[in-house]
Amino acid sequence: MIDSSLTTGHVVGINGNMMAVEVDTGSVVQNEVAFVKLPDAKLKAEVIKVIGKKCFLQVFEDTTGISVGMPVEFTGNMLAVELGPGLLGQIYDGLQNPLLLLENKQDFFLQRGQYKDPIDRAKKWDWKPLAAVGDRVRAGQWLGEVPEKFITHRVLAPLGMHGSAVVKKILPEGQYPITEKVAELEVNGKTVVVSMSQEWPVKKAIKAYKERIYPEELLITRQRIIDTMFPISRGGTSCIPGPFGAGKTVLQHLISKFSSVDMVIVVACGERAGEVVELIHEFPEMKDPKTGGSLMDRTIIICNTSSMPVAAREASVYTGITLGEYYRQMGLDVLVLADSTSRWAQAMREMSGRLEEIPGEEAFPAYLESRIAGLYERAGLVQLHNDKHGAVTLIGTVSPAGGNFEEPVTQATLKVVGAFLGLSRKRSDERKFPAIDPLDSYSLYIDQMGESLNKNLDREWTKMVHEAEDLLRRGAEIGKMMTVVGEEGISIDDLVAYLKSEMLDFTYLQQNAFDDIDCAATIERQVADFKLLYKALKTPFSFETKPEARKFFIELQDNFYQKNYAAESSPEYAKFVSKIEEIIVSGGGRLV
Amino acid sequence: MFKEYTKITNIIGDIIELSAEGVTYRELAAITNHNGDTSLAQVIRIDGSKVSLQVFAGAKGMSNRAAVRFLGHPMRVPYSEDLLGRIFSGSGKPIDGKPEIANAAETDIGGPSVNPVKRVVPRNFIETRIPMIDIFNPLVESQKLPIFSTPGEPFNELLARIALQAKADIVILGGIGLKFDEYIGFRRKFEEGGIMDRTVMFVHTAADPVVERLLVPDMALAVAEQFGIAGKRVLVLLTDMTAFADALKEISVAMEQVPSNLGYPGSLYSDLASRYEKAVDFEGAGSITVLAVTTMPGGDVTHPVPDNTGYITEGQYYLVNGVINPFGSLSRLKQLVIGKVTRDDHGAVMNAMIRLYAKALESKKKISMGFEKTETDEKYLRYAELFEERFMSLRVDIPLNDALDLGWKTMAECFDRSEIGVKKEVVDARWPKGA
Ligand SMILES: Nc1ncnc2c1ncn2[C@@H]1O[C@H](COP(=O)(O)OP(=O)(O)OP(=O)(O)O)[C@@H](O)[C@H]1O
Ligand SMILES: [Mg+2]
Repeated sequence: MIDSSLTTGHVVGINGNMMAVEVDTGSVVQNEVAFVKLPDAKLKAEVIKVIGKKCFLQVFEDTTGISVGMPVEFTGNMLAVELGPGLLGQIYDGLQNPLLLLENKQDFFLQRGQYKDPIDRAKKWDWKPLAAVGDRVRAGQWLGEVPEKFITHRVLAPLGMHGSAVVKKILPEGQYPITEKVAELEVNGKTVVVSMSQEWPVKKAIKAYKERIYPEELLITRQRIIDTMFPISRGGTSCIPGPFGAGKTVLQHLISKFSSVDMVIVVACGERAGEVVELIHEFPEMKDPKTGGSLMDRTIIICNTSSMPVAAREASVYTGITLGEYYRQMGLDVLVLADSTSRWAQAMREMSGRLEEIPGEEAFPAYLESRIAGLYERAGLVQLHNDKHGAVTLIGTVSPAGGNFEEPVTQATLKVVGAFLGLSRKRSDERKFPAIDPLDSYSLYIDQMGESLNKNLDREWTKMVHEAEDLLRRGAEIGKMMTVVGEEGISIDDLVAYLKSEMLDFTYLQQNAFDDIDCAATIERQVADFKLLYKALKTPFSFETKPEARKFFIELQDNFYQKNYAAESSPEYAKFVSKIEEIIVSGGGRLV
Repeated sequence: MFKEYTKITNIIGDIIELSAEGVTYRELAAITNHNGDTSLAQVIRIDGSKVSLQVFAGAKGMSNRAAVRFLGHPMRVPYSEDLLGRIFSGSGKPIDGKPEIANAAETDIGGPSVNPVKRVVPRNFIETRIPMIDIFNPLVESQKLPIFSTPGEPFNELLARIALQAKADIVILGGIGLKFDEYIGFRRKFEEGGIMDRTVMFVHTAADPVVERLLVPDMALAVAEQFGIAGKRVLVLLTDMTAFADALKEISVAMEQVPSNLGYPGSLYSDLASRYEKAVDFEGAGSITVLAVTTMPGGDVTHPVPDNTGYITEGQYYLVNGVINPFGSLSRLKQLVIGKVTRDDHGAVMNAMIRLYAKALESKKKISMGFEKTETDEKYLRYAELFEERFMSLRVDIPLNDALDLGWKTMAECFDRSEIGVKKEVVDARWPKGA
């Protein structure tokens, strides 16, 4: 909203991406957006501190060339994203600039000060009204819908509206661009015009739903160790901390590819550009396991990589979660992946340092914990006003300094997430991927979802999983003992338990991301595979000698392992299954 | 045309402060000391009329009456084909006795990032003839990869060896805090190897002012970027990036910034990333591959410099005790080339050999603790010995395919085919006949 009382100011100081501005006339709003005018560009900035007539702004671009006295224009609006059909399949920077549109033939580089419309203004959408004249609607309720790629995109009543409104006018079915006035509402005697798009400030949660509900459904990622051992619920939260190179990004990419959700938002926050490039090239070629369309059709990529401006990196995570909340309002199941939340935290730290705030641990600001909690709280399963459900599941990676989980970002994150998938350097060094440490990690959801897992997967499911966990623990203890007393120092029974736990680890927990078949296991396959394995683990084999036991398990383990590479319900798969059953019987097991 | 100031108010470390007007952020200034010495300096903070500059040549001996003249632009570096074969100092002055580069276009250093959608997925394997690299962690064109090492290890030799082998169109060396002998070592090797005429060197030696270290990566990478856009496949060597990080630390301490970890600034990650991220494969043009050296203070990989580096780069080679250690070393782009541009059994050999070597080390450890040697242990010990001699030793110099064949041979010499954990079809196709 531009009015004559637009606030203006001028630059009085600059330090990195922090700019001090003295206000000439008008009022200033915390977190409002302003532009500083250089001779060759206008750069976007956000107010982050106000002290008397002076305020401090973080500039979202390289600040080279800014000088004292340069004019600053305040917009009065908080940093916001545009929401509407046309977001799917897009690649944005942290401020929702469409990177494909910034592209121009001669220039490989992201020149500063370019801001483009996030959503295509010209494209026409097949509009179908859902509300009728005279209907009462509340914020976020569905006024109409348009097909967007493979989903039905609902056009929502303004999310910021207070109370309820009456529909005064609504356009009939037809093809319209997002700018078209599709409806008119009356709110408290005032007329509000609605188009297919609206803006929302990224740092505020969208809460236009009836209530939050307890997540009890499994989000299927097709990663065995996650779905079986440390499951994540739809609408849940999880973090993946791990030292560099332990496999956080690869794991997140796998999750983004194979999860059964309606859509995925990938936030590449302060990490490598190359990793995003891989997604951009792979996704259009890959199939969405749910719709059969291309993966890119269900994905939005927010990409503020490590060499892009730091302040926009801080914003990128909020941009991602806001888009997620928006689609949740349509009754969709949305997965938001943030890699890495530590870079987001570091962006806050850099700015806090320039503001000369009192530093906390490792120089992170004192509000680090509340910001992290605030972010994860934006995930969740909700019941909309029309009683439909929508979910935002948030999985963030954490990059702890020195790989040490005792640092502030990991600790603050652990306090708020439901599943902790901790990657260990030892496992990644041993090429045991995904390098989730089964002894360290946990999921609160396994018990929270217990009833539904036991109903949908197997009556005994959670019991079997807990027993498998116990076996891993026992195997680890025996392994430790062996390093002290040697193999000769343990009993045959202990050796067998150890070999079983090794087999569970090697053939089930580990999964080859780069094999076309092993990279993803459907939940049906996981149930079948896990039950067969469980049978082998529960069979009390007896052996005369240790070498005999080892020899037996080499063969059994190799068959389980080879089975992973056989396509589900292929003849080879069946062959491995019967071979495994044969071996189990030969070892003294009885088949039930 | 530019106003000159002669009243420096504060000198703190290598930073000077003065009152000035119309100065822009990151602008360059020329400083002439009372004794006639000159240096460049860069604006790093403006607070009202107070301007702080970091002096490239350092502020030692600086008079508070020195003349400061602002130049109206940020730091630049000349770029033309004439740079090839030339050697410059950390501030961009020729140190090879030849004249300055004339009539060259100037390019800003530390320019903007490449638009991610303008990058292509890397796909070219760079063969080094070092099995620990080629088999286990292949180097890929446009990769950014440091060698993690400690003083005294042959990291610069390794860097030079790869440069000679890599078949890049252009090699750019950024020497940061190099010992004089190391600098001459590179020059000799490049001359003997016949690549000096396609090499540009920016050399800051340990004897040069600390602040100049900060410029070296930026200059090297800005020049690399220009050659890359012009379609050249450029290899940039940066050694030692720990010296660069230490210079960042000195500046931030002088600026009284709150340190985050061991005195390093909270921006260390971003500062390093903005350099390493210059590695790129341009759509429709050339590429930049960055190989760096990061010495680990006290051999500690969790020290902030190697730690932050590891989080930025696409893997790392661990060079300790004169060998590239297979554990901890990692090429994150390897999956883009393994089995795709290299032989189809490459992935299987890599995984199996590493797993077996890890087991072998466990056996070794067990036995060193005085435990009984089992039959299985015997196999593994023999394997470890062969592995170290045939693959790990840096003396080995063989092409990838020979190394893969040798891998099968070695496994077959030690194990039965069911013991190596490889997919059946691959074993069937490659297991040596008669083994
Ligand atoms: N599931 C997997 N299967 C096989 N290899 C893997 C797997 N996960 C990771 N790797 C290997 O480990 C490398 C590093 O993984 P990744 O890039 O995901 O690490 P990261 O934890 O994200 O590191 P950083 O914190 O530095 O970004 C990969 O390039 C790959 O070689
Ligand atoms: Mg990563």
